[in-house]
This record gives sequence, C-alpha cells and structure tokens, in this order.
Amino acid sequence: MTASRLPIGGRIDRSKPLYVTFDSRPLDAFAGDTLASALLANDEMLVGRSFKYHRPRGVFSAGVEEPNALVHLRTGGRHEPNARATMVEAFDGLVANAQNAWPSVGLDVGAANQLLAPFIGAGFYYKTFIGPFRGTRFWMFCERFIRRAAGMGSPGTLDDPDRYETVNLFCDVLVVGGGPAGLSAALAAGRTGAQVVLVEQDAQLGGALLSTPVDGPSDAWLEAIRSELSAMPNVRVLTRSTVFGAYDHDVYGVVERVWDHVAVAPEDQPRQRYAVVRTKRTVLATGAIERPMVFGGNDRPGVMLAGSVRAYVNRYAVLPGQRVVLATNNDSAYATARDLAAAGADVTLVDARHTIPDELLSQSRAEGVELRPGSAVLSAKGRGRVTGAIIVPVSENGRASAPGETIACDLIAVSGGWSPTLHLWSQRQQKPVFDAKKACFVPAGDTVPTMTCAGDAQAAGGVSAAIEDGFSAGKEAAIATGATNATGYAPEAPEPWPGDDWTRGIAPLWTVTKPDGKPAGKAFVDLQHDVTTSDIDLAHREGYQAVEHLKRYTTTGMATDQGKLSNVNALARMAQLRDAEIADVGTTTFRPPYTPITIGALAGNETGHHFRATRLTTIDGWHRAHGAVMTEAGAWLRPWYYRQAGEDVRAAYIREAAHVRQHVGIVDVSTLGKVAVQGPDAAEFLNRIYVNGWKTLPVGRLRYGVMLREDGFVLDDGATARLGEHDYFMSTTTANAAPVLAFAERLLQTAWTDLEVHVTSVTDQWAAIAVAGPKARDLLTAVVGDADLSRDALPNNHFTHGRIDGTEVRVHRMSYSGELAYELYVPALFGRAVWEALIAAGDPFNLKPYGTEAMGALRVEKGHVAGPELEGRTTLKDLGLEGFASAKKPFVGSVLRNRPALTDADRPTLVGLEIDGELGALPGSLLFAADGPTEGHGEGWVSSTTYSPALGKNIAMGLLKNGPSRMGETVRVVDFVGDRTLKATVVSHHFFDPKGERQNA
Amino acid sequence: MLRIPCPVCGLRDETEFSYGGHASVKRPAMAETDPKAWMNYVFYRDNPRGRHLEFWHHVQGCRQWLVVERDTVSHVISDCRLAREDAR
Repeated sequence: MTASRLPIGGRIDRSKPLYVTFDSRPLDAFAGDTLASALLANDEMLVGRSFKYHRPRGVFSAGVEEPNALVHLRTGGRHEPNARATMVEAFDGLVANAQNAWPSVGLDVGAANQLLAPFIGAGFYYKTFIGPFRGTRFWMFCERFIRRAAGMGSPGTLDDPDRYETVNLFCDVLVVGGGPAGLSAALAAGRTGAQVVLVEQDAQLGGALLSTPVDGPSDAWLEAIRSELSAMPNVRVLTRSTVFGAYDHDVYGVVERVWDHVAVAPEDQPRQRYAVVRTKRTVLATGAIERPMVFGGNDRPGVMLAGSVRAYVNRYAVLPGQRVVLATNNDSAYATARDLAAAGADVTLVDARHTIPDELLSQSRAEGVELRPGSAVLSAKGRGRVTGAIIVPVSENGRASAPGETIACDLIAVSGGWSPTLHLWSQRQQKPVFDAKKACFVPAGDTVPTMTCAGDAQAAGGVSAAIEDGFSAGKEAAIATGATNATGYAPEAPEPWPGDDWTRGIAPLWTVTKPDGKPAGKAFVDLQHDVTTSDIDLAHREGYQAVEHLKRYTTTGMATDQGKLSNVNALARMAQLRDAEIADVGTTTFRPPYTPITIGALAGNETGHHFRATRLTTIDGWHRAHGAVMTEAGAWLRPWYYRQAGEDVRAAYIREAAHVRQHVGIVDVSTLGKVAVQGPDAAEFLNRIYVNGWKTLPVGRLRYGVMLREDGFVLDDGATARLGEHDYFMSTTTANAAPVLAFAERLLQTAWTDLEVHVTSVTDQWAAIAVAGPKARDLLTAVVGDADLSRDALPNNHFTHGRIDGTEVRVHRMSYSGELAYELYVPALFGRAVWEALIAAGDPFNLKPYGTEAMGALRVEKGHVAGPELEGRTTLKDLGLEGFASAKKPFVGSVLRNRPALTDADRPTLVGLEIDGELGALPGSLLFAADGPTEGHGEGWVSSTTYSPALGKNIAMGLLKNGPSRMGETVRVVDFVGDRTLKATVVSHHFFDPKGERQNA
Repeated sequence: MLRIPCPVCGLRDETEFSYGGHASVKRPAMAETDPKAWMNYVFYRDNPRGRHLEFWHHVQGCRQWLVVERDTVSHVISDCRLAREDAR
C-alpha cells in the first residue's frame, strides 16, 4: 500500500515534468507541485527526524503550519536549512536533502535518544543547571551533548550569491490573505477606488478554494474575481508574499519571495524583496489552521491533517494513502472523506460525536464511506509509516469507554477542529477569547480599530459567510479611508462543499486516552519540538501551570512553526489537568515573524561595504594615493599613518610625530565638527553653553571653550572664532559633532526661545588642514597670498583671510600639537587643491603629511584632553580644566557640577604617567598604589598612551585618585586582560614644553 | 514603528527622529541656583500609563524639536507641535 499520483485531476501541469531530487533520489514532479506533494506522489513517507528523539517523521500538512517536513534546500551558497517542504514550490533542478539525521533518515543513529527519553523530558535543560552535581561544570558538560543532539538544519557557511532588496509600499487598505474572504475584501475595497494591496503567501490566489476539486464551481468563481481584480489599477496583488509582522501605527513587514521558485533568479533580479507597508486600514483574512488530535503515535509518518489530505488529492492529484482512517470531531472532514472516496481510497470515518448531521450521514453512506460515530483513534500502529489504527469508543472527555479494535490502514487523517489565524492580530497586543461553542480562540475587542478580521480568521462559518464577511470588511475599511465609489453587491458564493462550516456542531476533543486518562504510547502535542502529553503533565506537577510558564518549561510552541498546531492542544491539556476552562487558562502572545524569514531579505542591499555609509573628506583621494593606511573615526575614514617601506604603525607614527617637532607637517582635520552660530544673540548663546566667557571676544579672534552637559559632566571642547559682529564659527570634536548640534538646537528651541540665534552644521562645507612645526610660518608665508602671517600680525588665537592657489582660505593660528601651528579652513571642494598646493610648495621646508596616530602622540605629549578623557564621566576638575569655568555667569551645568559627588576631593584626577620599560601601557589598564593590594577597580585608570619621541620614553595620561598631590609617586599599571603589570611614575600631564614657548614662536 | 506627524515635514517614520524624553519638564531660568530645581529638570521623571508629552527631534528631517502627545499604552499620537511654541 502506497501513496501515489492520481492519473487525472489536480492543479498541476502534467506537460511540464521537473527534475527534483530528495537525498539524491529523483522524484517525479510537475509544475504546480510543492516539494511535499512531489515527495508524497513518490511515496516518500519518511522525510525527516524529530528534534529531540529523532523519531521518523513524514509530511503532516500542506501549508505554513508544517512541523515535520523540514529539509535542507539547494546547495553551495544558496543552501537553506529548515525549509518547509509544503511551502517549497517544485522547480527544475530542485535539490533537497533530509536534515537532523545521520547517516540517513531511514537509519538514524540519533534515534538512540529515544532510550534517553525519561531523562530529557520537560525542563531537563533547566535541571542541568542545578544537579545532580551542583555548579556550572556539570551544565557545561551537558550542554555539549545537548547542542550536538538538538537542532534542526545546519546553516550554510558560504556567502549568499543572491540579491535582496527593500521597498516601501503605501496604501489605504491592506488585505492579508487571498482566500474567499480576502479576495472579496480586496474586491470591495478596490471598487471604492481606494489604493489596495492584497498579499497572499501561496503562489496562487484562492486559499481554501484551491483544495476543492478542479474545474468545479469554485474555479469559475475564482476566475471571475481574479480577472476583475487584475483589471483594477488601484489594486496591487502580491503572491508568494508573507505579511510576517504587524507593527504600531499600521506598519507591516512583508517578504515577497520573488524568485524563490526557480533554481537561480534572473540576472539583476532580487531573489526576495522586503516591503515595509504603511497602510491606513487592514483586513486580516488569514483563514484558519486545522488542529490535530493528540493520541499515541500521532507523529508516525502517515498521520496527516484531514484538510491537507484533501489539498493533496484535489490540488496536487496525489493520493497520500489507499486505506484511510479519517478521525474527526467536526463536519469539515466529510469533504475529505468524499474526495478520498471519489479518488478510489477505502475510507473509514471515525467521528467522536455520537450524533452526526443527517445530510452528512446519508451522503457519506452513499459515497461508500464507512462511518463510526462516537469513536476516535487511540493510537497509530507502525514505525517508519502507519500500518494501522486502534479505534475505540470515546466519552466526552476523550477517554476510551471500551476496548479497541485495530483497523489496517496506511493513512490516518485527523481533524480536531480549526484555529483562526490570529497571529498578526495578536502581535498588536490584543488578546483573543475562547469561544467554547466553536472550540477555538476568536478575536475580540477593538483596541486596534484600524485592523479587522474577516472570514475564517474570525470563525465566520463557511465559504459564503466568508465572502459576505470579507466583502463588508473591505468596504468598511475603504470607506473609513475616505473612498466613496459604490461597491455593488458581494459576488455570489460558489456552491459550498459538505461541512465547509467547521464552526457548526463541533464536539471538543483534544487528547484521546485509555480509560485511565493516559495516552497509549507517546502522544505528541508539539511535533516539531517533541513535546508530549507527559511533558505537559510533568510541568503541571512541578508547578509550571500558567501558560507562559508552560510554554517555556516544556518549550511547546517555541520551534520554527511557533506552535501553529500545538498551542491550543497544549492549553487544553493543561486546562484538563487544572480542572479549569480553556478560557481561564488563556493563550500566549504571538510575536513576529509569523513564519520564518531570511536575514538576507531583512538586510537587503545593506551588507558588506554597504552596511552603513562611510564619510570621506574631500582630500581622501590624495591620502590613498600616497600610502595612507586608513582608520575609522565614527563614520569617517581618516589617514592613520602614511606607510613607508618596512614600517609598522609604531615606527610610522614615531617618525611622523618627530618630523613635526623638527620641521613641519600637515594633517587633514576636515572631520572636526563645525557649527555656524549666527544672530544678534550669538555671543549670549556661547556664553551660556560654554563654561568660559565670550562677551569680550573681538572679531578676528578665536578662543578655546569647554562645554558641560546639563548634569555637570564635561560634554565637549573646541575653538570658536568670531567671524563678524553676529557671526561665530564653532568647532567640536569629530565624535561629538552631532550630539553638540542637537543639544544646541534643543536648548534654543525648548528653553532659550528668547535668543535670536541660528545654529547650522557646516561640517561638510569646510575642509580643514592643520599645519604644524617650527617651519609652519615659513611654509605658509610662501604659499598664502594677501595675508600678513608675521608673529606680530597674527599671534596665537587670531585668524586672518588669505589665498592659496587662488582659493580663499581662513588661517586660524592655534596649536594642538604644541608647535607653531595653524589651521586652514577651505571651502570643502577646494580642500584637495589647497592640500596639493601646500605639498607642492613644501619641499624647501621638508613638509610631510602625518596621520591621526602621530597627531595623538603630539597631543599626549602636550597633555591635551581628547575623546578618551572626554568620556562622559569626567568633570572640569577631573581634567584640570576648572580654571576655564567663569564665576561671573551661569552656564549649562554650572549648578549641578557642584554636587557633592562631583566635587569629592578623592575623585580620580588627570595626571601624566611615565611608564618604565620598552613596552608602554595599554589604555584601560588600572592604577594601583606601589605597595597596596591588587583588588577591585584600583585607584584610577590609564586613558591615553603613546611613545613620546620628544621625551624618548613611553608616556600615558590617566585619572588617579588625588592625582595632583601624588607627583613623583610610583604606581603599578595593571592590564588584567593581558595579565601584565608595569611600573610608572606620576608626573604632570604637560609632558613637553609646559610653558608653551614653542607654539608662541 | 511609530509614525510621527511632523508639522513641518508631514507624516514621517520614527527612524528619522530621536527621542528626547519628557516634554512636561521646564528648564529653570539661567539664574536659578537651587540645585533641587536642576535635579528635577535633569533627573526626576514620572512614568505615566496613558497620555505622555515627549520631545522628539527630527534629526533626519527639518531638525525641529517637537512636542509629541503619545499614549504609552496604545502608542496613539494625538498631537504633535513645534517645541518652540510650547516654550513661549
């Protein structure tokens, strides 16, 4: 007895055979097949092994809910684990392999895990934390085995060669689901003239109608609706697309599998497309998912959902079994019985209900279906596949009331009722309620009024009800967005099939047990995560009875199918054990994604080099052409050092820094933040935001300033020039450019609205070049026209205007390196021209470029603070900058900087350190007294380090408790990461030229 | 994702903005010397369930600081105006 392809019927194209392999065995497949239907057509009943016990598993469903038939898909860079065979469209060249099995699904060594079953029940993972041997060592021992044994597919290790892209969609009405309700909703909304997007996860529109016999009344109905929709320019239909997430403010995440249904996407086409949909209203016509029943051996290959069996027969022309036991507690399985019988199967229908609607009774008998009212399947027989079913009479609580009878069969099709697909609805934090009459959770309340459920998603009851419901939901949604065109009437429903209204007359039945309440053998609640009824029972005994506890303790509903089949059965079992109603037990919250989505789709084009934007200065090209090794500074790329043959970074920066002190160097400082501060109250603004005073700064001068945060800690520092009466040019550190501007805007817009000031970022408008070294003036005098740069005409902290190579530049005299130094501000696009003009004129002065590493060495020699010191936890006093604070005026942070904790004399304070030995210290090392214990966080830390070419030794800046009073003391510098201790002498952080004579030259 | 109706730019995604905390606090006058007033401004905040006035900065747009009235339970935004209007 086997599963087989039917000679006629189905929605497959027999004229288009496809080459498909599973575990290297070729499968007969046709266009229109899924991998699952092709497997069944070729009698491949055993397709995978389960998560924990490695039990043999077969195809269980025909849709997104599939828990068992997870496979490895494709090869090489396109390899994909955990693909649901039921959702994979067959294509020519499809290669699929079984996963989680070794050496093969038929002979799987991991199946020995079943012997360990008593030890790996619910919560075993957590129990390894606590015993039997206490401590992490035992946990780590167990974890190795747990990791190896568990899991599903293995991920790929090669780069994905395919393209992915991201798009934005805007609409009035988003309709999720292309079944009868969704199509009707899109039709009504489309007729009003509203902008509509209809999203269907299947390759075809039709939903449940695709499971009805081909060429029947449903097909005519579908064709009429499809053609009307396709003629509407305001309706956009996305098939092979999944709405995976519903987010605040009516934003939805959609992944369209554009070219997943072929071996390789056409050139320049994305394989998948991630669409962010912003809508005004949403109709969720997401249908319902059939529930299995729980009984012994209900995971055997050959146990399937009844509605899915119907889909295989009618849509894919596959007869999954020839002798079928069909177990149900509701009307919906009767259509499956009819279609199976028509396809030539021998059907025994086991209905748990004692009374069955007359028309179904008589119809089934006429079709030759054997009916067993008041009975259920107690257990499935067989190992690799089903060989029989034990049928028992059952009472209402699912317990067998008499001994069973074995029926030989090769397929057990089950229907335990249906669950409306409320995932997206629940993702918006709405709680469904349990409808005992329909035995399912239904949407209730309207906390998200822009979202409506329609059709089976709210258990509307049958096809015609779904069409009416969908149509009116679509119409109302469109009208709510302001659409006005008349909609006419809903399309007349096609002739329904027997039992299409599954909400009618269902008799709840969750688990079928022996008279003692225990199932006959292992009875699975969650097939994918191998959770059995005994796991639920254990969780109940051990006190994990609340749904959210139950879920985490047993891991039910936590596999890749997110409990689409298992949730309600698990709750029902717990309700039974607690002697409570399901309504009182409640249900868990769903979270995105509804079905698994690829990281590739979410990443889109933003991978590798395109992961984030890179900022380059206008001089970047020159740096790269001249051997610069670049380094990241935030989003910026800056020259780190200019490599010469045989040099490493240390040799290079020492050479560059020494050169600056001896001759002259230039460095690209275009990345400095630059802010234009303009308006009649600009000086008052600066006076408030900086700790020092600005009212006396004349035009043509510049001044160093420090600013605090509102809480009194140092925010940033930099120089500001007064360009005109109401015109200032502020510079910030590279890292703080954005935060300082946002802070200034905040103050001006939320508090200081009395000030007439504009702040504008001009960082990108100006290139900046620092020229430093004893020959800096000589060089600039040779290049800059129209300016007097003499010592008297342009002293420190003055600026002037001049020209270099025809470009107007502003020459600021100020020094960061401690040498005679200038900063040139140049309109950005002329940055490189000016730089090259300097280089061209530089030979007589021995001009060399230098990078950020040498710049850092020069500033540490001078003891200037920078990013490592301005790290958000330091005060003016900590950094020795207290002298800048004006006592005559209030400024941002002036009150809170005097809080006791910030003025504590014990606080670590900035010092210099001379490090013993050749190696130098690492930033982040901790400071300890020479003879104290090496405990805790020490007495301070090292912030910046360098080798000082000027002093010929390794130096560092750091913060040390009571620092200034400890000059000359020896401390220990401990690097806990590298496990290394150095000795250092505490000195002033003004290591080099403390009087500043060189910069005043 | 929140969508914020910026009075200058129109309805825009949350990702264009940065959050700026409570908008109901008022910055003390520059001349204020009582640390308590400043502590209240910088640190102390209510955490209401329901209506909440909050600052949002349209960093990737018009760079205006906005006062947004948002329900912290439903995320419904019932008002959005320029902060400078509130500060007057």
